[in-house]
Amino acid sequence: MMAVGFFLYPADSMFISSGKTPASEGWPSGKASWFKFSSPPAFFPLAGVLVPWFGTAAVLLCGAGLYLGFFVAPTDQQQGEAYRIIFIHVPAAWMSMFLYMVMAFWAGVGLVLNTRLSGMMASAVAPTGALFTFLALWTGSLWGKPTWGTWWVWDARLTSELILLFLYFGFMALQAAIEDARRADKAGAVLALTGAINVPIIYFSVQWWNTLHQGASVSLKSAPTMAATMFAGMIVMALGFWMYSIAAALLRVRCIILERELDSQWVGDYVKALR
Amino acid sequence: MNWASWSDFFAMGGYAFYVWGSYGVTIGLLVTEVILLVIRKRTILEHLGRVRGAARRGMQ
Repeated sequence: MMAVGFFLYPADSMFISSGKTPASEGWPSGKASWFKFSSPPAFFPLAGVLVPWFGTAAVLLCGAGLYLGFFVAPTDQQQGEAYRIIFIHVPAAWMSMFLYMVMAFWAGVGLVLNTRLSGMMASAVAPTGALFTFLALWTGSLWGKPTWGTWWVWDARLTSELILLFLYFGFMALQAAIEDARRADKAGAVLALTGAINVPIIYFSVQWWNTLHQGASVSLKSAPTMAATMFAGMIVMALGFWMYSIAAALLRVRCIILERELDSQWVGDYVKALR
Repeated sequence: MNWASWSDFFAMGGYAFYVWGSYGVTIGLLVTEVILLVIRKRTILEHLGRVRGAARRGMQ
């Protein structure tokens, strides 16, 4: 693992393996503890080493998903080839909800435990979550036009997903508007946790209300109501999007850590090690 | 195999606009996000390098 990490981010691997990481911020030293990675200077190089692994997994899984979606899965009898949009639409919609829960989780942890890194993680996840929410709406619209005959309809599923996009935007705008990073984290956390109520509303909207949007084709309780190869393409693509999201969030949290700790000694050491 | 030829593949059974409109925007935005993040980190490090250089010159 270190080998690939070293190839792409030599300075980061050096930071970890030399033990030079200024990890101890009051955490018990001696035994290696995962808690030490809750400090930004310790997490920064770890994230750097992890990014190429998740990035590679994302490329491989998305490649396999595209192959399954376009070349293995058969043409749909009713929808023709237009149905192939679901191979990105459904995974993007899943990620939009999942990433919101991840963001709200880290925001909540930051609020309760007052750990610096938690707020940074919440901020790092938000733009990627917003991106997948937009993609879910965009691809859904392009699927809806040939299938339903309309780009958009104000039904419960579509409207609650649009609200999710506005929640992401609201979180990012609120954080950007507050100068002090720790106060921005706290305010953002309250918004993120309040908005989390929208996620089950999106998920169950197709059951609770009479929507134009169809019900779930995939559930934990019963077998998927689609061909096995279609199902496989969707799952592999969703895994690819998941790995992509982790890689993007780690890349972003590294930027946020550097931006917030510009003046610290360890950032100075890191820049020195890069030369 | 679903497709008789490449042009058959690109035509997507008449739904080319919708299918490629979805996949094109998705791939385009994901790649753009990664590029923006790489630029963002490079900008921070360049800024830090300049600050360090200025501090060193100031000391001499």
